[in-house]
Amino acid sequence: MSPAPSESQPLAATPLDRWHRSAGAKMVPFAGYEMPIQYDSIVSEHTACRTAAALFDVSHMGRLRFDGQGSAELLDRLLTRRVTDLPIGGVRYAMVCNPDGGVLDDVLVSHLKTPSETQYHFLVVNASNRAKIVQWIKQHLDDFPRVTFSDRTELTAMIAVQGPLAMETCKRLFTFDPTRLKYYQARITDQFSKPVIVSRTGYTGEDGIELVVRAEDANRVWENILLAGRDLGFAAAGLGARDTLRMEAGMPLYGHELNESIDPISAGLGFACNFKDRDFIGRDAIAQVKADGVKQVRIGLLPAGKRPAREGSIVLDSDGTAIGTITSGGPSPTLGRPIAMAMVDADKADQSDYEIDIRGKRSPATLTKLPFYRRAKTN
Amino acid sequence: MSRDKSKLLYAETHEWVDISEDGGQKIATIGISGFAIEQLNDLVYMDLPEVGKQLGAGDEFGEVESVKAVSPLYSPVGGEVIDVHSDLPDNLDGLNDDPYDYGWIIKVKVDDDSALGSLMDHAAYQKQCSESG
Repeated sequence: MSPAPSESQPLAATPLDRWHRSAGAKMVPFAGYEMPIQYDSIVSEHTACRTAAALFDVSHMGRLRFDGQGSAELLDRLLTRRVTDLPIGGVRYAMVCNPDGGVLDDVLVSHLKTPSETQYHFLVVNASNRAKIVQWIKQHLDDFPRVTFSDRTELTAMIAVQGPLAMETCKRLFTFDPTRLKYYQARITDQFSKPVIVSRTGYTGEDGIELVVRAEDANRVWENILLAGRDLGFAAAGLGARDTLRMEAGMPLYGHELNESIDPISAGLGFACNFKDRDFIGRDAIAQVKADGVKQVRIGLLPAGKRPAREGSIVLDSDGTAIGTITSGGPSPTLGRPIAMAMVDADKADQSDYEIDIRGKRSPATLTKLPFYRRAKTN
Repeated sequence: MSRDKSKLLYAETHEWVDISEDGGQKIATIGISGFAIEQLNDLVYMDLPEVGKQLGAGDEFGEVESVKAVSPLYSPVGGEVIDVHSDLPDNLDGLNDDPYDYGWIIKVKVDDDSALGSLMDHAAYQKQCSESG
């Protein structure tokens, strides 16, 4: 084992920080915040999410609000996905790209309406990219003078409730029954008259919701849900389980599968790009990649044996030629074996057998379809 | 026979060493501490050396992996690996339950014990753990 690393700059705390500490969480620095990586065991938290439900404090993620006329048009220019026709209550996954088509961030955009009939757009961005995206938005605000842009991150908290029992348990907890939302729909409701944005989205491969609440309401909402699920096996889960869950679900993580030198098509996220009858930053470069064909693609690999292949390991074809790199990898608690995602040369992505150089030792791996895990559909 | 963890020596990198003598030859039995195992949490894989491998003091001799991270294992002594606990990688729960007896990892025939003086006794090691934990 290595000695503990030393930490430097001051870190922000989420509104649930004290709850995490009193629950015995191991806190780690992540994107400028101190976040729980695990409370007890990553595996048990992962299993709670797959079998009952898990609660995640994801307050470190950036929450940005756009009010006023032109909000949809501004976002439509910045996002790979069409925003102008997003109905109230709709949520879409999209990317923010630079003019070269490189991914600046992957985001969720939603269109909401308050009880007093104010419409606005809401953007959830990665914690590690928040400052960059805020800056990017500000650079493009001048063309949309009636848009009011505000960073709501520090005034709010965000809680994900994910798992097969999440919806049934949350059914009664808000004025609006969230089971009435379809996947990728959101709505503003309340709990005991405190406002809550409920969105039927997630990052685990399970059914569930993500909630945005005022910072001062975060602990009450969090404890309320944990209490409701106490006898059902609900557990608080940290960033460790969040990562193993999203990996099993084959979902990309910015900084791993996505970065500024990867375009959405190569990352396998062409579904989140709309080209027809619209322009957006990066459009021409991404359309060119689509027309020419990608040079690299994202694949799923099953490393043989028990030894996990981690990010950065080199992937070789059956002739021993280096053809790519592992972008995320580790043990899959659900499958009980290692899994990995890799970016490899597109013309080598159809082989069945590969090798991975794991710190100097070559280990076989086989191609598999993503995701590694798919939940049983109940509705 | 149960190994008394308070009599072992500890490296900053969390390996423990038990020095015994066999016919005038020093034998080092090496494992990793209960604190390290608890910190690693959810062990999934362990990579061990072959018997006969020659190690220098401070050399990496294997690695242990948890769900989240890979941690190299370092030998606090130099010498030849004379025994390897080859059942251990398939019984990582056993390492978790009993890091000091069942959980021994390798035995080394010591030919360089110059680094032993820089190791910590149990009290000093506990102090390190409480400061980093």
